[in-house]
Order: sequence, then structure tokens, then C-alpha cells
Amino acid sequence: MDYYDSKDLKRFSEVGKFSEELMKKFFDYYNAVTGEDGALTKREKSLIALAVAHAKKCPYCIDAYTTQCLETGADPEQMTEAVHVAASMEAGITLMHGIQMHNTLQKNGAL
Amino acid sequence: MAQLTVLKENYECYNRENDDRYDFHDALRNNRIDLTPTDIETLQINITKLCNQTCVHCHVDSSPKRTEQMALPTVERCLEVLSSHDNIKNLDITGGAPELNPHFDYLVKSARKLDKHVMVRHNLTVTIDGHPVTGESKTYLPEFYASQGVEVISSLPYYLKYFTDKQRGKGVFEKSIESILMLNEAGYGNDDTGLELNFVYNPVGAFLPAPQETLEVDFKRELSKKYGIVFNKLFTITNMPINRFKDQLKRLGAYEEYMEKLVNAFNPTAAEGVMCRSLISVSHDGSIYDCDFNQMMDLQINIKHSPSTVFDFDYKELTQRRILFGSHCFGCTAGAGSSCGGSTAYGNNPTS
Repeated sequence: MDYYDSKDLKRFSEVGKFSEELMKKFFDYYNAVTGEDGALTKREKSLIALAVAHAKKCPYCIDAYTTQCLETGADPEQMTEAVHVAASMEAGITLMHGIQMHNTLQKNGAL
Repeated sequence: MAQLTVLKENYECYNRENDDRYDFHDALRNNRIDLTPTDIETLQINITKLCNQTCVHCHVDSSPKRTEQMALPTVERCLEVLSSHDNIKNLDITGGAPELNPHFDYLVKSARKLDKHVMVRHNLTVTIDGHPVTGESKTYLPEFYASQGVEVISSLPYYLKYFTDKQRGKGVFEKSIESILMLNEAGYGNDDTGLELNFVYNPVGAFLPAPQETLEVDFKRELSKKYGIVFNKLFTITNMPINRFKDQLKRLGAYEEYMEKLVNAFNPTAAEGVMCRSLISVSHDGSIYDCDFNQMMDLQINIKHSPSTVFDFDYKELTQRRILFGSHCFGCTAGAGSSCGGSTAYGNNPTS
């Protein structure tokens, strides 16, 4: 069996096979959040989604939101910066856990 | 017999380029749309395939190696057609780089004397590069355009170097900026002068254009901030899946995906506004077509079973013709629509 086949993205709605109503509720919510301009433009939302796609390491979402960013007028510089935001957040989150390590070191009398 | 040969060649070319998997007639039927000609407001003439650039998306397959040129008798005939039809208000001159046709200046001046609105599809860099074969300078163009009151319509795929050079060739962005500044200096893009400078954006790859209105705001802000450039309007155009761009899509393995994207984004409002309803396209040899894309696919208009040319131009028959559609026409009806004047369904894009 193949994993992460790009063609599978088109089959997303099949996830609703055994629970059509819940899937419809999801798509309505998803489209309302990402598919329209609101307080954020559709381009800004696409850049956020691209960053999240990288942080969550979802190849389907990276494919979809790279195209979506282009089709909403973002350019590769902006898209790369969005990926750096995701990467720096992940690095910061990892490093921030160093305080937890310090707390434990202190509790053990090693700090 | 010669006519039959031309018809056969046209049919064979149509079969080669058309893709039955994407049936445009079906899309029209399903949406109960009958696209008939309305009027002929614009005569668009392709006067040369010669160009100083070789762009990856070019549907004309233009390059410095092309030799096709509209000859003087054909230019004169186009002027006669303009002169004898008051309804045809616009002359839209394209190529290649149209300035590389030896009769270009004469054509522009003559059409302006007829009080026609003249639009030139100007690639910007020809002003800097000059003639790619003879080396003749073209730096006079901005002043020439201003003196004739021509509307200048120029391709500028993006306000950043990366996308522009990727699509149009290394160094094109910097030369384009230099050329735009010369046009601004001549008065173009300034609301007070009435000299209109419009830019054309088309995507660098297999994706649809962003909404025209938001991109125009971005272009104006960035070009003004970085270079002090002013212009009037931005037109967004969808890349047509024919010729060089189609070959590129096939090389990338993205052709089917791109076609599905176009078909899925079919917009009935955009379809109603397609340019072939109010425009006739003339090739360098005088043959006439529904649009520049059909011209590049050799889908010549037939009137009474004969291939039509500018030499037997019949306004009434042309406005009663059936427009020739193929799978490529989904490029004009996707999303906010696409035409030589940009989106055809401004503010009515179901996919945006």
C-alpha cells in the first residue's frame, strides 16, 4: 500500500462515507473559515494555513496551500517567510521546554 | 481544391490541439449558454511573430528566430476595414513584439488619423533591446506612443524580479522597469495626461490568477514604493493550455490537473463576457479568427464554407457566424474569466 499519494487529496470527501452529516458540517466550517475574506484576507489565511501545514507536516495541505497562496497573490518570498514562522515557533517551543528541564535539574539539586 | 486543403489542415490542427476529455460545448449546454457574436468592436491584428524575447508561456511561440511579418498590402487592407466600419472602434495591435514589423509606425499613425482607439501589446523590453536581428534602436517608442495617444498594454508578470525573469527570461525585469520609467517620463500612467498605461499579469505556472482588484492594489503599492512607477490598470489573464505553455504543462506532468482546474472553475458569468463575441483576430497573412488563441491553433473562421480573410471581410456574415470553441476555451471562462482586457467577471468569481 502507498502512503501519502497526492491523488488522495481529491478523495478527501470520501472520509464522510460513514458519517456524511459530520463531514458536511466540517466542510461548511472549513470553507467558511478559509474560503472567504474576513477580518483576515483570503491571502493571509492561506499563508497561515501554509505555515500550519508545515508545522503539522501534512503533504496534502502543503500541495493545496502552496497553490492557494499563489492563486491569492502571495509570492515565494512571503510563503518562505510563513514557513520560517512555523519553523521558528517550533524551535521556540522546543527551547522553551528547557525551562522545564531547569526546574527538574533544580528539584534534583543539580542547578 | 485549395480551400478544401486549408479546411482539412485546420481540422487536423484542431484535432491535434483539442482535447475531447474537456468538452467546452458540454459546459455551455449544461449552463444553458449560447455564445453568439454581439458586435465587432475591436480588430485585433497580429502583425509579426518575431520577438526579442522567448517567454515560457507564449501562446504565439514567438522568438527572435520567427520571420512572419504582415506585409504592407495586408496592413492597408486592415486600415480599409477600419475606415469603412464605424462600429469597429478599436485597433488592438499584437505580435510577437509588434514594433518589429517594418510597417508598425505607419499602421499606428494611419489608424489614429481614422480616429480609432489604438492599443499596442508592448513587451517593454523591445525599447531597451532594439531589433533582435538588425540591431535597430527602439528607444523612440515611449515618445512615439505619447505623440499618437496610444494605449500601451504591457506584460509585467509580477512586481518582483523572481517571477518576471522566470517567465520572461533573465534580465527582463530590470529592463522592464527601465522601460516603464521612460513611459512614465513621457506622461504615461498619469491620470492628468490621458495617456493610459496598463499592465498584464499572468501566472508564472499552472495556477489561476489571483483576483484582479487585489493584485492591482499590490502592484501599485510595490512599484510606487520601490521605483516611483505609476500606471492605470492591471489586467489578469489566465495562461492558455496551448502551444508552448501546453508543452510546459506536459513536461511537468501537470496538464491534466491544470485542465481539471480550469473545467472545475467554469464561471457562466465569465463565459458571457468572452472577448470572441466582440472581437475579430487577424493574422499576419490576413486570415481571420475568433481570437488570438484560435489563430495560433489555425482555427480559421469559415464563411460559406470558405476560410475567411481580411480581403473578403463581411461584417454582417461575421456577426452571424458560429464561434469555434475547443477545450482551450476553458482558459477564458475559469474563475473571474480572462480576456485581453483582463477579468470578464470582475467581482463575480465563485472560486475566489
